[in-house]
Amino acid sequence: MAALTHPIRSALRGARQGAAGDRRVELALGAVASTVLLLCAGMVVFVVLKAWPSFEANGLGWFASASTDEQLGEIFKSPSNPDQYVYEFGAWALIWGTLLTSGLAVVIGVVFAVFTAVFIVEFAPSKVNRVLVPTVRLLAAVPSVVYGLIGILVLVPLAAEVLVTTERKESVAYFVQLTGACWLVAAVILSIMIVPIMISITVDALRAVPRSWTEGAAALGVNRWRVITTISVRAARPAIIAGMILASARALGEAIMLSMVAGSAAWAPNPLDGFTFFLEPVRPLASTVVESAEGLSVEPFGQTIYAIAAVLLVSSAFLSWAGWFAKRSMRRYGIEPGGATQ
Amino acid sequence: MSAVPTTVKPTDPRGSSREWPLRDRVALACCWIAGLSTCAVAFLIVGYLAFKGVQYLDPSLLTSRPSAETDQSRSGGFLDPIIGTVLLTVLGTLIAVPLALATALWLTEYGRPFWLARAVESGIEMIAGTPSIVLAIFGLLVFQQTVFGFLSFEAEGGSVFGRSFFTAAAMMSLIALPLLVGSIREGLQAVPRHVREASYALGKTKAATIRRVLMPAIRPSIGSGTVLGMGRIAGDTAIVVILLGGTLQLQGFGDVPLLSTLRGNGSTLTSYVYVNSPAGEGSAPEKAYAAAFVLLLICIGLNLLVTRLARQTSPASAR
Repeated sequence: MAALTHPIRSALRGARQGAAGDRRVELALGAVASTVLLLCAGMVVFVVLKAWPSFEANGLGWFASASTDEQLGEIFKSPSNPDQYVYEFGAWALIWGTLLTSGLAVVIGVVFAVFTAVFIVEFAPSKVNRVLVPTVRLLAAVPSVVYGLIGILVLVPLAAEVLVTTERKESVAYFVQLTGACWLVAAVILSIMIVPIMISITVDALRAVPRSWTEGAAALGVNRWRVITTISVRAARPAIIAGMILASARALGEAIMLSMVAGSAAWAPNPLDGFTFFLEPVRPLASTVVESAEGLSVEPFGQTIYAIAAVLLVSSAFLSWAGWFAKRSMRRYGIEPGGATQ
Repeated sequence: MSAVPTTVKPTDPRGSSREWPLRDRVALACCWIAGLSTCAVAFLIVGYLAFKGVQYLDPSLLTSRPSAETDQSRSGGFLDPIIGTVLLTVLGTLIAVPLALATALWLTEYGRPFWLARAVESGIEMIAGTPSIVLAIFGLLVFQQTVFGFLSFEAEGGSVFGRSFFTAAAMMSLIALPLLVGSIREGLQAVPRHVREASYALGKTKAATIRRVLMPAIRPSIGSGTVLGMGRIAGDTAIVVILLGGTLQLQGFGDVPLLSTLRGNGSTLTSYVYVNSPAGEGSAPEKAYAAAFVLLLICIGLNLLVTRLARQTSPASAR
């Protein structure tokens, strides 16, 4: 929020004593606050500088399709002489895995989140809300490793038993093994993890819609469901978009749960495989980083992993700013959707 | 058709949905299903973990130290991870709170020049959105510089290990920072302007107003922000896996008792669960369940604390 100017305050400003001490406090607080900027700049500079050789050697081919896991192996084993470093790398399988898991999770999540938010704001009896609202907060507080543990010990065996049939296994056996750990299960768990963010942003926005608007519609004889969809949800659209964007930033950065559940193979599932497509394993960008933690000090390998981190850093920064702007656009209606930071 | 008096809530809960068109009734049913299934999922998760946790949680697990044995009867419990979680959470919050307090106070009370304030705001937004795994390997890059050798273990030949409680806590504080800043700013904005003006009218400077008037008023929001941040720190795994060195036991470097532990490596409950899950090396699901249950209890406890603190805040802001 900008400095609030007020006639009384500015009139008093001259009369106040100890203005020099005041100025020092302002400078000190401002300096501490500015370290946040230094940190952000440092983060981008450090990570991109470290990652640069990998981008430089591959060019746009970095984002292309390749046999990623073999390439990572080659990079890891590359000779210790800096002139002979192997950098050849194409990350499409990892990027595709990230897009699939986050995309499906956000799609499932947004449907659930909008219905649940409408329910909380409009239809739920207060007794139900007294349980539901803390429950949503609880879902946000469960650590990702706990979700991962339940995924790998309950849902993955379940998927292996129910969904993965022998024919399906054989149909792709030449390329990839179906173990039950797949991107469908990962996306479902991920959607549970990101739904609370979307619900809380949407609920805040729906609550911020002026009462007079909905009352006006109700006075015209519109029923409650139509009122909330045509007036409130419509007015809250920017916030729903913001929720989706911020949730996909969260989904993009989820590493631990996905590395436990998604199957950990740099494989790009092929939509032409029919339903088997959903049962194929992936390894998103963030999980690749966490699983490569051991090799970070091996030079060209470390640089490649930092290149993955740089892609994550840049895309998540863009997503969080986009979400921030989307939320701000509700101010057009004079609505202030609360909750600056999720 | 009767006119709706303006005093009646137009969305009266008793209003019958039976006369609605079918489409609207189906949509209403979807709302109920979504709301109730959210509850059901949460209860299933907590209930299942509680069931498994009670089944496998042995009091001796809480008090014995872990060791890397393949024989599960001898691999010990998770005393060290619990200590690690507590240490890391406390240390991370200790770093985050002053930083967040200064940032929030400056943004709300001063915020000049305007462009700098906006830049800081979006910087915090950026940190909030940065995946913790990226923060972790950024931290590794920074703390492996020779300057920071005193924070972790320095090998012969000057290469710095960069993994310790100090470095992990420094990065953890960044996870908690945006939550804390958001919560403190909300608290500050809830203090009515006339309270500040009354203080100025008494001849207090802005700095004195902050210390004597605003700080006491925002104490509950600092509290709830801190607890929120603690929950986030206790639940994070990626930073622990990368920046805490991956040893199950606490391993100090140096001679000074506490300092050596903080400079050393260890594990937390999250990394213990990760290592003992089928995805990790340990693969002891029973112990992973037990540790996950303890972890979940900690997180639920912190969550309840936030709710209580938030309830304390609301009457204060209505003043």
